Amino acid sequence: MENWSLISLCVLLGLTARWAVSFHSYSGAGKPPMFGDYEAQRHWQEVTYNLPVHEWYFNTTNNDLNYWGLDYPPLTAYHSLVCAYVAKLLNPEWVELYASRGYESHSHKLFMRATVLFTDILIYIPAVLLYCFYFCDGSSKQKVATAFCILLYPGLILIDYGHFQYNSVSLGLALWGILGLGLGWDLFGSLAFTLALNYKQMELYHSLPFFCYLLGKCIKQGLTWRGFFHLVKISMTVLVTFALCWMPFLSDPKQPLQVLHRLFPVGRGLFEDKVANTWCSLNVLIKIKTLLSRETQLFLSFALTLLFVLPSSLKLLSKPTLWQFKLALVNTSLAFFLFSFQVHEKSILLVALPVCLVFNEIPLIATWFLLTSTFSMLPLLLKDGLLLPYVVTSLAFLFLSLYLLSALERSTEEELRLGLYRKLTQRWLPKLNLSRIIKWKFWFSLAAMAALSFTSVWLKPPAKLPDLFPVLVSVLSFLHFLGFIIYFNQVQLMEPQRKKSQKKTN
Amino acid sequence: TVMAAPMTNDQSWFYALALGVSFLKCLLINAYHSTDFEVHRNWLALTHSLPVSQWYYEATSEWTLDYPPLFAWFEYGLSHIACFFDKEMLVVPNLNYASPATVLFQRLSVIVADVVFFYAVKECCKCLREDKGKDLLGKPSFILTVLLLWNFGLLIVDHIHFQYNGFLFGVLLLSIARHCQNRHFEGAFLFSVLLNLKHIYLYIAPAYGIYLLRCFCFTQSNADGSLQWRSFSVVRLVILGTIVLSTFAVSFGPFIALPALFKIWHRPNGARGFLRCLVICALGSFMFGWHVHEKAIMMAILPLSLLAVDSRKDAGIFLMLSVTSHYSLFPLLFTTQELPIKIFLMLLFTIFSLASLKTLFRKGGALLNPLEVTYLLGLIPLELICEFVYPLTVWQKTFPFLPLMLTSVYCALGVTYAFIRLYISLLTCSDTTKKTKMQ
Repeated sequence: MENWSLISLCVLLGLTARWAVSFHSYSGAGKPPMFGDYEAQRHWQEVTYNLPVHEWYFNTTNNDLNYWGLDYPPLTAYHSLVCAYVAKLLNPEWVELYASRGYESHSHKLFMRATVLFTDILIYIPAVLLYCFYFCDGSSKQKVATAFCILLYPGLILIDYGHFQYNSVSLGLALWGILGLGLGWDLFGSLAFTLALNYKQMELYHSLPFFCYLLGKCIKQGLTWRGFFHLVKISMTVLVTFALCWMPFLSDPKQPLQVLHRLFPVGRGLFEDKVANTWCSLNVLIKIKTLLSRETQLFLSFALTLLFVLPSSLKLLSKPTLWQFKLALVNTSLAFFLFSFQVHEKSILLVALPVCLVFNEIPLIATWFLLTSTFSMLPLLLKDGLLLPYVVTSLAFLFLSLYLLSALERSTEEELRLGLYRKLTQRWLPKLNLSRIIKWKFWFSLAAMAALSFTSVWLKPPAKLPDLFPVLVSVLSFLHFLGFIIYFNQVQLMEPQRKKSQKKTN
Repeated sequence: TVMAAPMTNDQSWFYALALGVSFLKCLLINAYHSTDFEVHRNWLALTHSLPVSQWYYEATSEWTLDYPPLFAWFEYGLSHIACFFDKEMLVVPNLNYASPATVLFQRLSVIVADVVFFYAVKECCKCLREDKGKDLLGKPSFILTVLLLWNFGLLIVDHIHFQYNGFLFGVLLLSIARHCQNRHFEGAFLFSVLLNLKHIYLYIAPAYGIYLLRCFCFTQSNADGSLQWRSFSVVRLVILGTIVLSTFAVSFGPFIALPALFKIWHRPNGARGFLRCLVICALGSFMFGWHVHEKAIMMAILPLSLLAVDSRKDAGIFLMLSVTSHYSLFPLLFTTQELPIKIFLMLLFTIFSLASLKTLFRKGGALLNPLEVTYLLGLIPLELICEFVYPLTVWQKTFPFLPLMLTSVYCALGVTYAFIRLYISLLTCSDTTKKTKMQ
């Protein structure tokens, strides 16, 4: 069968899965007075349509920031404005100032879901297809299979089409950025990534690798003339893009400051709710949230994050290849997720995107990580009534990646890149079959996650520990993520000087 | 070197396709369901709560039991599992009861019952000619499996609209497969089981009757394929007697197939001729029968899939018929929420069937002539007008039936054309080349 028909079949299946998930409930459905993220997005359409630009981020009589005030950068606001115009055409009641608060109807839900599908088709899906065709090794069937698996990653589908968010826009733009950089179109890549950054400030998790990669490339070109010039061009692109995005806010010095204040709520504390990172997990044993002062917490978080991103970034700086870039993206964003301030469980999607990009090279570990990331969001998904799509998409994804990408067969020690682990165990346990151990751990971990999912749904927690299951889920995920950050750092830092021909034989 | 996508294991792709479509069906659990959902819930309730003598008299709900007894027993069996999901659905006066547990149970029962269909498809693949050495996507058995397991009509009628056609067609296809494998007793038995599950299959009973009488009761043919009267077997006739008697149905439809029936009496072509006659009976009854539902077209399409992967001409007819009739099912799902699903799935099935059949029969020119292609492409503006443009015009209020009428008329052209072509191909096909293949 020709390539184009295979690709269209995969895209159609991906779209069907997305739309079928969208039949289910969304965040905060039928839960006044605050509802959830769905109402937040609707409210932003209302605010951006009815109020002038300089009032969007400020607390005024018309704009109560306590009721889902805007806390994403301007591009989200512009996107909401465009959606609001369409909403006004279809049914003005959806964006009436004040009167539309808590508006819920079947047709409104269809409209909102359709906006997500639209941007997905426009931005994220083409980026995935282009990535697989330009940067994946193997036959064209292999590339289509990889694209298919990436498109069916459950975490993104469940959050965007279930819980309700527009992560496909920011992740899609970031992916365009990576594509640009990979193809050597640095200016285009920087432009795309800056747009992603201006859509969601969480993309800062990815900014350090972009910076190090570009800087490393410029240094390699020689810092005196060509490299320096190139650096200047990139910086100009970034600055101009920022200026264009923030233009309406640059008239008054108070504006950008207020926007930044909304984007980075330093006053909100080390973490909120249950999230699978160090601080929340540590809090189970030692109540660090109350023990340490705010300044100490900030300092500790900063120090540990820096500690974990430094090796990866320095390695990327010294060796700016696409492979290193992808691994650095994984390592940096995972470090930020584990150690940073005010992390939400949905931020794991920022780590999931670069892991999707190493799917073709290390399918088993990538599948493992992506399933864990979906599992880590289980409490959130259960709250939103998304149990059925969670189970179906996770099982389908597991099965597809094992079957189509032969993940279990391509798991020799060399393919799993266990170089350092082999060296460590060489002295004392030379006969250890690391590959088999990894596979056993994989199945055992999946069984544990399945069991915990089952108990979270069917069993009632004891009265003294009402949060038992969410805590267990986040601690289990945290332990997995800790293992993954060590593994991915090991892969990135221990990479030998490979020749291109050697790489293709994998 | 990097391995190609599927593993070298021979049959694993079948289970992968079956599992994949089951996952898709699970995702559609919360989609729109029609009144047929309440019909089946009512039947679960009345078979569970009432004694057998009352089943066909019970009329609290408007959806009285109108399928044969074997299906009623099937619902009775299901009702015992339904207890564990939600006892309230088994209470007869609970009209239109549709709690989440009820929806989950009923949807799951359709998905699980499809296992019969999976088994039948697997058996049908065994009847196809072997094609070793071809890559997986070009194998006839792979293409047939996708055409059957992922059939658009079955997906939207069974798993959205709500019915048990997968299970029933499984029995039909299994019966056909048994005839292809010369296990005629089993085939006939399965067909009589099918008739007792849903009497609509009477449409194709003549094909069964005449074929079995001709090929099974007369145990030998002459060298040129014509009848050898001396080889008549009374024993076989008696055994098949009950089935043959039931083929003489009252409705007008089956008599349209008379010339076709004469043809397979005169010069049967083994299993392939039988299948062709079956499809013609089904299609003839669809076109001329009494109180036909649009879903009845499925009875012609699924068996035709078997012929489509075997011969070029049939592939062309199959493409015309399947695309047209799948489009004719669109009005069944009239809700806005399901609109993207039906368009995506329709495109999925159409692109797959076009691309795979084109690759399978790439030697010998195009499968569809330009006129046919134009007709099929005309479905796109038809859909745009009927579902996107027309509702916004002023005529929507005064002539709301117009899009439905346009759809029916346009699709009728395609279906009639396919019917005529099939009939002609049956009456003019030659015996010699096909003797060795399917028998």
